[in-house]
Amino acid sequence: MIGLEINQVDFSYFDGLVLEDINLSVKAGEMVGLLGPNGSGKTTLIKLTSGILKPARGEIRLDGNRITDLSRRFIASNVAVVPQQFHIPFAFTVSEVVTLGRTPFFKALAAESEDDRQVVDNSLELVGIDELAERRFDELSGGERQKVILAMALAQQPKLLLLDEPTVHLDIAPQMEMLELVRGLNIERGITVVAAMHDLNLAALYFDRLILLKEGRVWADGTPKQVLTEAGISEVFAASVRVEVHPLTGTPHIVVMPRVNATKRQ
Amino acid sequence: MKRRNKILILSLLGVCLIAALFLASAFGAVSISMPDIFKMALNKIAIFDFPTTWTAAEETIIFQIRLPRVIGGALVGMALATAGVLFQGLLRNPMADPYIIGTSAGAALGATIAMFLPISLAFLGFGLVPIAAFLGAVGTVFLVYNLARVGGKTPIISMLLAGVVVSSLMASIMALLITISDRLHLSLHSVYSYLLGHISVTGWEQLAVIAPLVIGGVVFARFFAFHLNALALGEEGAAYVGVNVERDKIVILVLGSLLTAAAVSISGLIGFVGLVVPHAMRLSFGPDHRLLLPAAALGGGAFVIIADLIARTVMAPAEIPVGVITAIIGAPFFLYLLRRTRKEYAF
Repeated sequence: MIGLEINQVDFSYFDGLVLEDINLSVKAGEMVGLLGPNGSGKTTLIKLTSGILKPARGEIRLDGNRITDLSRRFIASNVAVVPQQFHIPFAFTVSEVVTLGRTPFFKALAAESEDDRQVVDNSLELVGIDELAERRFDELSGGERQKVILAMALAQQPKLLLLDEPTVHLDIAPQMEMLELVRGLNIERGITVVAAMHDLNLAALYFDRLILLKEGRVWADGTPKQVLTEAGISEVFAASVRVEVHPLTGTPHIVVMPRVNATKRQ
Repeated sequence: MKRRNKILILSLLGVCLIAALFLASAFGAVSISMPDIFKMALNKIAIFDFPTTWTAAEETIIFQIRLPRVIGGALVGMALATAGVLFQGLLRNPMADPYIIGTSAGAALGATIAMFLPISLAFLGFGLVPIAAFLGAVGTVFLVYNLARVGGKTPIISMLLAGVVVSSLMASIMALLITISDRLHLSLHSVYSYLLGHISVTGWEQLAVIAPLVIGGVVFARFFAFHLNALALGEEGAAYVGVNVERDKIVILVLGSLLTAAAVSISGLIGFVGLVVPHAMRLSFGPDHRLLLPAAALGGGAFVIIADLIARTVMAPAEIPVGVITAIIGAPFFLYLLRRTRKEYAF
C-alpha cells in the first residue's frame, strides 16, 4: 500500500501552464478517477506521478519520499503504469512482454529466477490470459493487448497502479472487463489506483472518488455523486447533460442532451 | 526459451564460426589441407607436437597472412552485427544498421580526414585513424538521431531519410578528398578500399588492439540485454519498468559507434551485415536480446568470414571488395523487409 501526495505542483511544456497549483492527496488503497476534457492535464498528471516528468514547481511524494529523489528502478518496483496503448515493433510473445515487468528486479547478466517466472505466471492468471502466454503480442486484439499490458504492470508487483485512459481504444465489453479487473485488484490486493478516464459513466460506476480537472486546475474532488453534477459537467465540458440515477447501482448516470432542432429530420 | 535450448543454439553458432575460420584459412592463392591447418594450430598453442607435413612457406601463409585476415573478418562481422542489434533495439527500428543510418560513413570520413592530417600519432600499430573513425561515428549517430527526431519520437521514415542524406554528404566529402589526394601524394587506393569495403589487416599487432575493443564491446552490450528488451516498449514504456532511458541511450549509442568504428578502421564501409544478421537471428530465435546479442555476434563473424572468402576466391587472382558481396546478399533482403512492412512507411 502506498500513499501519494501532490503539493502545489505546476507544470508547463513549451507554451503556457498545463497544470497549475495542484494539491491532492491519495490514501493507500483508494481508487481515484481523473476526469476532464482533452487538454485539461489528466495525462500530464499521470506522467508527473510516475516520475517521468518533473514538476516545474512543487513536489510529489510517494509514501513521504520525494519522487525526484528516487531512482527509476525503485519507482518501477512500486509504481506501474498502463498507458493508452503500446506498440511493440518486434515479435515478442505475451509471456515475454509480461516478463518485461520484472525488469526492475533483474540483475544484469543473470537469467530470470524461479520467483520471477512465478510472478509472471500469477500475473497472467490474475488477468485471465494464461492461455495466451505463447501467442505473439502483435497478433492480439486491442482488448487482449491491454490485458497483457495490465499483466505486465502487475508483474512489477506495484503498490500504486496508474492508468492513462486505459480503455480509450477499446469496445464496450473489453472496457468493462478491464475496469472490473482493476477494481478487483484494488479491492482484493489493496493496490492504490489512479486512472485518467474519458468515459464519465464508466468512471461513475467503478471509482470511489473522482477528481475533475479544468484547464490544469482541480475543479472538483469527491464522490461520483458530488463531482458529477449537471452544473459541473456543463461548465467543465461545455456540454448539456442531464444526470440520472443508474437503475442498478444508484450511481450518477449522465445522459447527453442534444439540441432539439439538430435531431429533427426535415 | 529454455536455457538448454539457448546453450545449444549458441554452441551451434560457435561451431559454425570456427568451421568458417578453418574453411577460410584453407582457401586462397595456395590451397592448404584442413588437417594440416588443424595440426599447425595445435602445434602452435603447444598442446600437441605433430610431425611437420607442411612447408615453412605454408606455415607463414597461414599465420602471417590468412589467419590475421580471417580473424579480422570475424571481428568486423561481430562488431557490425552487434552494433546493428544495439541500434535496432534502441531506436525500435528494424531498419537501423550502422551502414544505413550513416554511422559507418561517419567513421569512414573521420578516418579519411585523419589520413590527410600531417600528424602521425603511432600507437600500437595504429595512428590517428581509429580515433578519428570513432569520433566520426559518434558525431554522425547523434546528428542523424537528432535530425530524425520529431516530437519526442524517431519515426522509421525520417531516420532512413536523415541517414541517407547524411551518408551521401559524408561520401561526397570523401570523394572530394580523394579528388585532391594525388596533389597531396596520398594513397588513393586506401580511400577507395574504404568506400567499398576491404578487410585489410596488416598483422597481429593491429588485431591486438581491435580484438579487445570488439570482444569487450560485445560482452558489455550483453549487460544491456534486459534494458534493450524493455526499450521495445518505447522510451516512456521502458522508463515505466525502471530503465534510466537517458543514460542507457547515450551508453548504447556510444557503444554501437565504438563497435562500428573498430570495424570500419580495418575494413572500411561494409554494408548490410548489421541488418541481415540480426534479422536472420531474430526470425530464427526470437527478439529476446539475451540470446539475440551473442547469436548475432557469432553469426556476424561467420557471415563476414564467408563473404570475404567469396570475395577473394571467386575471381582470383582479382579480389572483389567484400562490401560488394555483402551488398549483393543484403540489399535484396533489405528490400524484402521494406516491402513486408510497407504499411508503416505510408505518408
